[in-house]
Amino acid sequence: MAVKLKKSTARRKAAPAAAKRTVVLVATRKGAWLYHSDAARKSWKIDGPHFLGHTISHLVLDPRDGRTLLAAAKTGHLGPTVFRSTDMGKTWKESARPPAFTKAPEGEKGRSVDHTFWLTPAHANEPDVWYAGTSPQGLFRSDDGGVTWAPFSTINDDPQYRQWMGTQQDGTPDGPKLHSIIVDPRDPKHLYFAMSGGGVHESRDGGASWRVMIQGMEVVEGFGFDPKLPTFHDPHCLRMCPSNPDRIYQQNHCGIYRIDRPSDTWVRIGRTMPKKVGDIGFPLVVHPRNDHTAWVFPMDGTQVWPRTSPDGKPAVYVTRNSGKTWQRQDAGLPKTQGWWTVRRQCMTGDTHDPLGLYFGTSSGELWMSRDEGRKWQCIARHLPDIYAVEAAVL
Amino acid sequence: MNVLIPDALRSYTQSGRAQARGATLAELLADLDRQYQGIRFRIIDEQDRVRRHIRIFINGEQVDALSHALRETDDVVIVQALSGG
Repeated sequence: MAVKLKKSTARRKAAPAAAKRTVVLVATRKGAWLYHSDAARKSWKIDGPHFLGHTISHLVLDPRDGRTLLAAAKTGHLGPTVFRSTDMGKTWKESARPPAFTKAPEGEKGRSVDHTFWLTPAHANEPDVWYAGTSPQGLFRSDDGGVTWAPFSTINDDPQYRQWMGTQQDGTPDGPKLHSIIVDPRDPKHLYFAMSGGGVHESRDGGASWRVMIQGMEVVEGFGFDPKLPTFHDPHCLRMCPSNPDRIYQQNHCGIYRIDRPSDTWVRIGRTMPKKVGDIGFPLVVHPRNDHTAWVFPMDGTQVWPRTSPDGKPAVYVTRNSGKTWQRQDAGLPKTQGWWTVRRQCMTGDTHDPLGLYFGTSSGELWMSRDEGRKWQCIARHLPDIYAVEAAVL
Repeated sequence: MNVLIPDALRSYTQSGRAQARGATLAELLADLDRQYQGIRFRIIDEQDRVRRHIRIFINGEQVDALSHALRETDDVVIVQALSGG
């Protein structure tokens, strides 16, 4: 809400900055919701459901115009699509050509997109460009704001990449995914993406060529997997630090990592997490102004991988020194019997100072902290299984 | 010819019935897509396979091949399979 100012006088004071509102975009297994806050982030106005009954894997606001939304959607019965709104969700229009693989030559078995999983707005200087990652793993690009999509670069049909991607059986329970598409804010041609499974990949020439970036990343022990092969790597979430684009944090199937470019080696920084909690999880959030600070939401990765909060005690962990130490942040969260799963796209931050943090659970609860994780409060419950949470300051 | 449209696709047609033309199932689906942009990709994937939870019946017989020949008098029924949760 904009602050109403008095008319100017001869000696006017500097105008206070307009109070900025926050919108939290919640994508779920059964639709999407937008939560609009007041300036203090204390009261929230609900806008939704949008697309009730559709599985929305990701709902993203374009930071370049502050009003265009893209929603990656499918239903239980129908094929996948992307919806686009240019009025903050008042009206939606379906993509004229959603992400789809190239048709295979006669006699060959081609792949089909099950769902678009990840949406990334491209560089600030490329206002209509978006990237999309799909399940099974595919990389797509739109040059017209999400109206039409085409396969991007060669990886979708490259034999080597196809081998690294594996089959449907090699992926996560609801399908292998290409995710964490990152554009370097200093150079639109410098790109990263990750695959579950299939490792981390980097391009410095706008996607014309890619190189594997898995050095230092560990693989599941005890099965004889070769850590040099991308196919055995399962990065869950990569986040580049806006204040230092040479630094990327990673939550992986096998721990928490950090890399400082130009180094090519990931360093496991999760070893300093408490032993009883471990360093397994899905989401990771970085501080927009401090590259030493990052948050994770650990989960139980023992035995059959319950993927729930360790010991039923949900907590966020923060590092403020680049991973040397971690502190538990659970004030306001259930002290016991909280068997939560928070997916890789389900934790995010806004850009306020102090930073607001948000996460959504598979049991349909949306939680937030106005003070960088010190205290938490639930702002919505009884939602469907939450698939993604994004926040933007308007 | 008459095409029966399932609930899940009525956001495109605004009706449970549509009229479309074509000498084959592929042509009929292309005609539907011309009238209701995007509907074909929700039914048929990029490899020209009928999607997993969709069935197409022509005169009561299930048809998977898009090359299947059609006559003007055929009844085409697109069905969303009963599944999910």
